Amino acid sequence: MQFSALSLAYNALTGHRHWKPTWRDAAPKDAYDIVIIGGGHGLAASYYLAKEFGFRNIAVLDKGWIGGGNIGRNTTIVRSNYLLPGNIPFYELSMKLWEKLEDDLNYNTMVSQRGVLNLFHSDAQRDAYARRGNAMRLEGVDAQLLHREEVRAMAPFLNFDNGRFPIQGGLLQKRGGTVRHDAVAWGYARAASDLGVDVVQNCEVTGFRIDNGKVEGVETSRGFIRAGKVAVAVAGNSSRVMSLAGMRLPIETHVLQAFVSEGLKPAIPGVITFGAGHFYISQSDKGGLVFGGDIDGYNSYAQRGNLPVIEDVCEGGMAVMPMLGRARLLRGWGGLMDMSMDGSPIIDRTPIDGLYLNAGWCYGGFKATPASGFCFAHLLATGTPHPTAEAYRLDRFETGHLIDEKGVGAQPNLH
Amino acid sequence: MRLPCPFCGSRDLSEFTYLGDATAARPDPDAPDAASAFFDYAYLRDNPAGPHREYWYHAQGCRSWLTVERNTRTHEILSASLASGNVQ
Repeated sequence: MQFSALSLAYNALTGHRHWKPTWRDAAPKDAYDIVIIGGGHGLAASYYLAKEFGFRNIAVLDKGWIGGGNIGRNTTIVRSNYLLPGNIPFYELSMKLWEKLEDDLNYNTMVSQRGVLNLFHSDAQRDAYARRGNAMRLEGVDAQLLHREEVRAMAPFLNFDNGRFPIQGGLLQKRGGTVRHDAVAWGYARAASDLGVDVVQNCEVTGFRIDNGKVEGVETSRGFIRAGKVAVAVAGNSSRVMSLAGMRLPIETHVLQAFVSEGLKPAIPGVITFGAGHFYISQSDKGGLVFGGDIDGYNSYAQRGNLPVIEDVCEGGMAVMPMLGRARLLRGWGGLMDMSMDGSPIIDRTPIDGLYLNAGWCYGGFKATPASGFCFAHLLATGTPHPTAEAYRLDRFETGHLIDEKGVGAQPNLH
Repeated sequence: MRLPCPFCGSRDLSEFTYLGDATAARPDPDAPDAASAFFDYAYLRDNPAGPHREYWYHAQGCRSWLTVERNTRTHEILSASLASGNVQ
């Protein structure tokens, strides 16, 4: 056992100089059965490949350090309150994997099912949320439609009588909540590494070696690595990496900002979203209010956004939760989003033999981490898509089988 | 970010609306490969990290459509001109 009360006491008394690294910092070997690019969803995929499908000769390559990409740049919310048939079973699988993740990894990922409450502000929106809740319950997902007084009992601090957007009620998913994002990366890295997966950091892919339509390996900043299969899970940079294989994707990269306030005493019971604008908020265990809103809306790889969106997010926050005005903003950050053309992800093989793609997570990637990893592992191991991820095909844009939750069409900045 | 509108000068980002990639050319609907050409046009993007040609609409100003070249890594504006006459 690596961590115990005894080891904590021992290390406290010896100046914390004897802690061992949580996972092996592996150097890349010459060849693997499967090389996975991307230490986020890819790390989860490597873990499930090793644990569920018995593969051992696997490497996960990350261009930076584990936990330094989008897995460390999100608002930690998990939920499965989707509407469309292609999405609900997949996100519910993810929810079920979250619920047992700590036992599974033997790591405290701080899964906290504190509830996700979506507020509605008009009769039409009530109808839409009732429909969404019914769709969820048909698939066995928990959903409750709350009226105004039930919402008030949960969150009395909300602005119920906003002149323009009075709160009429909310759709509650009690099993939703938050998970400590860094711990998810560390937990998967340790568990995968213990099963024999090589977790290779600071190893950027610079090209693919493709012969006669079949992938043979990847060129990296640390040399060529031969691979039976190559799996790409680099959401945010999918277009750049896949362009190395000569492919163009139905994806634009956009920046999404998020913010955290100074630490406060417990104030917000779960995750709350404003239905009349785009604003969502929760409180971390450390006390900071973590919140965000829309993407900035233009292509960007800059990992930082602009002021108009900050203003818009804060206006939404003040409209629904005026007490926010007394809190000071501690910091904000930006992450790169693979915005797909229908707002839904892609988990599929590509026209190049042996090259697999996991991409297009828009700004819903974190909650999907376990199911994305599991379904990608299933596809890599068996060659067939997992039943809950069958709809996430790369060719659906060409065949017209789009999964467009918002119904806004091929305009990525509106999803 | 501020955009240099040819009519209005340097104006704040909040006055503009973004459409997207300005390099995609609308295909000929009568061409024999129209279906696959329209799939390319509607869905596939180069999505470059670096200079990117894109359409912006100056909704809160002169209501002109602009073609802007902007670096997606730094948000630096490289050029801006009226889109009219140059739409593909």
